[in-house]
Amino acid sequence: MSVSLACELNTQKRPELHLADPQPNVSKLEVVASTTPEPAPQMRRPHASTAPDKIFKYLTVTAALSVVAVVLLIVFELVWHSRLAISKFGFGFFAGSDWDPVSGEFGALPFIYGTLVSSLIALIIAVPLGIGVAIFINEMCPRRLRTLLSFTVELLAAIPSVIYGLWGIFVLVPFLRVHVDPLLKANLGWTGLFTGPIYGIGMLAAGVILSIMVVPFISSITREVMLTVPQNQREGVLALGATQWEMIRTGILRNARVGITGGIILGLGRALGETMAVTMVIGNRPEIAKSLFAPGYTMASMIANEFSEATSQLYLSAIVEIGLALFLLTLVVNGLARLLVWMTTRGSPSRVYG
Amino acid sequence: MGVGIEVRGLRAWFGASEALHGISVEMRPNTVTAIIGPSGCGKSTFVRCLNRMHETIPGARVEGEVRIGSTDVYGNGTPAVEVRRRVGMVFQKPNPFPTMTIYDNVAAGLKLNGFRNRRELDETVERSLHMAALWDEVKDGLKKQSGASLSGGQQQRLCIARALAVQPEVLLMDEPASALDPISTAKIEDLIYQLKERFTVVIVTHNMQQAARVAEWTGFFLMGDLIEFDKTQKIFTTPGDKRTEDYITGRFG
Ligand SMILES: Nc1ncnc2c1ncn2[C@@H]1O[C@H](COP(=O)(O)OP(=O)(O)O)[C@@H](O)[C@H]1O
Ligand SMILES: [Mg+2]
Repeated sequence: MSVSLACELNTQKRPELHLADPQPNVSKLEVVASTTPEPAPQMRRPHASTAPDKIFKYLTVTAALSVVAVVLLIVFELVWHSRLAISKFGFGFFAGSDWDPVSGEFGALPFIYGTLVSSLIALIIAVPLGIGVAIFINEMCPRRLRTLLSFTVELLAAIPSVIYGLWGIFVLVPFLRVHVDPLLKANLGWTGLFTGPIYGIGMLAAGVILSIMVVPFISSITREVMLTVPQNQREGVLALGATQWEMIRTGILRNARVGITGGIILGLGRALGETMAVTMVIGNRPEIAKSLFAPGYTMASMIANEFSEATSQLYLSAIVEIGLALFLLTLVVNGLARLLVWMTTRGSPSRVYG
Repeated sequence: MGVGIEVRGLRAWFGASEALHGISVEMRPNTVTAIIGPSGCGKSTFVRCLNRMHETIPGARVEGEVRIGSTDVYGNGTPAVEVRRRVGMVFQKPNPFPTMTIYDNVAAGLKLNGFRNRRELDETVERSLHMAALWDEVKDGLKKQSGASLSGGQQQRLCIARALAVQPEVLLMDEPASALDPISTAKIEDLIYQLKERFTVVIVTHNMQQAARVAEWTGFFLMGDLIEFDKTQKIFTTPGDKRTEDYITGRFG
C-alpha cells in the first residue's frame, strides 16, 4: 500500500516528468516497488536537472578521447622527427648493423637484436619461475603464507627500475662474474653462447635482471587466470585418479593456457621497453655478438643514453626512428597480451571453457 | 565387474559443521542404488566420501569406514588417487575438458594411468563411447571436435564415457541428468540400466520417478542421516519410516 502511495505522491509532484515518460504508470510503479519500499529520495528532488550529468559525460568522453589523441600524436611526432632518417635509409635502416654517428652511418639492427635477445633471455628464465610461483601461491601454499607471498611478489613490480640497476651493478654483476659465468663457460661453452671474456656486465646480466622484473607480471596474471578455471574442471581431473600435479597440469594450466600466454606476452612487453636497469648492466655497445657474455645495447637504452648527445639532425632523427620502432613493437605486443588475457577472464567463455 | 560397497559409521564435516552423522549401509555388486532426499541433506557429500573427493575441499574431514570390494578406502596404506581410479564419478554439471578433443576427453583417464599403446587406446575410447551411447553421434568429429562443442546431453554422456574408460568397479553419479532435457535424461537412464551389468552404480537424484525407473535399491537421506535403505519398490510403496513416506508423498522437501 505504501508503495503505491509513494508512487502517487511522486507523480503528483513531478507532472512534467510524468508526461515525458512513455509508460508512466507501469514503469514508475516498477521502479519504486523494485528498488525500495520507501519513496526513493532522488525522485523527490524538485529541480532535478540533467545538466551536471551532461557535463560529467562530456568530461569523461573528452578524457577518454584525449588518451587516443595522445597516442596518435606520439606516433605523428615520432614519424615527423624521424623523417630525415626514414627518407635517407628507408627500410635498410632496420637491416644495417653499423652505428657510427661520426661518419653518419646509422643501422638499427644491433639495438633490435639487443632488445629481442635480452627479452628472450628474460622470458626463458621468468616464464617457468613466474608460473611456478603462481602455482605455488594458488595451489600449494598454506593459506596464511599466501597473502604475504603474493604481496611480496607483486611488490617486485613496484620497485623503481633504477634500483634494479643499482642492485644489478653491485650484486648481480659481481655474482655472475664470479660464480655463474665461469660455470656456464666451462659446461656450455661449446654452444658458443657462453664464450669470450667475462666482464659480468653484458647481455646475460641484462636478461637476468629483466627476468626478475618480469616475474611479478607473469605470476600475477597466471594466478588470475588460474582462478577463473571452474572448480568442476579440477574435480573432473581428480575424479579420474589424477595426482595433484596432474590435476594442475591437465585441469588448470591446460585450461588457462591462453590467458597465461597473455601474461607472458605482457611480461615481454615490459621487458622490451625496460630502459634504466638494462642500461646499467648491458654494457652499451652496439654489437651483435653470439656470446651472451659480450656487451650489447637495446633500443630503449640507446635512446636514453644518446638522445642528449645527438649532435646532427640525422643522428637525432635516427634515434627517434628507433623510438618509433620500439613504440610500435610494444604497442602490438601489449595489445596482443591484453586481448589474450581478456579472452580468458571475461571474453566469450565458450571458447575457453565451453 | 562391479564390487560391493560397505559403509560403516561414516561421518563427514565441512570445517566444524557435520554434514553426515554416521551412515552405515551395504550395497551389493552390480546393483543400481538411488540416493534420494531433500536438497542439502548430504547426498553429494555421501557419494563424494565414497571416492575420497570430499577431502579435496579445504577443511573437509571424514571419519568411519568405507570398503569398496576388498579395498579399505580410508585405510592407512590406501592412496586417494588409487581409490579414485577404481571409483568413477559423473558430476551434476557436465564437465568435459574444453581444450581436448572428444577422443582425448575419453582417453584422459587412461593417459593419466600411463596407457600409451595407440591401438589399445583407440579400442577403449570406441568401446567407452559405445557404452555411453554416444559413438554414433561423435565418431566423425572424434579427433577434430572439442569436448565442449557438444550439446549438454552429449557432454554428459561424454563424461560418462570418460569415467567408464578407466574401467572402474563402481560408478558414482551425482544428479547426472538434473541439468538435461527430457530426451537426454531418458538416454542416460537407459544407459544406467545397462551399466549395472558391469559396474556397481550409485546415483544421486532428487527426481523420484527417476529413482524408481533405474534403481533396484534406494536410500533416503534426511539432514545428514540415512533414514531408510531398502528395495526401491518397498521404499516407494510401503516405506518403513514416517519421514520417508512424507518425502515420497511430497509433504516436504
Ligand atoms: N563446500 C562446502 N562447504 C561447506 N558446507 C558445505 C559444502 N558443500 C556442502 N555443504 C553443506 O553440507 C550439507 C550437505 O550438502 P550436500 O551434500 O551438497 O547436499 P545435497 O547434495 O543433498 O543437496 C549442506 O548443509 C551444505 O550446506
Ligand atoms: Mg548435491
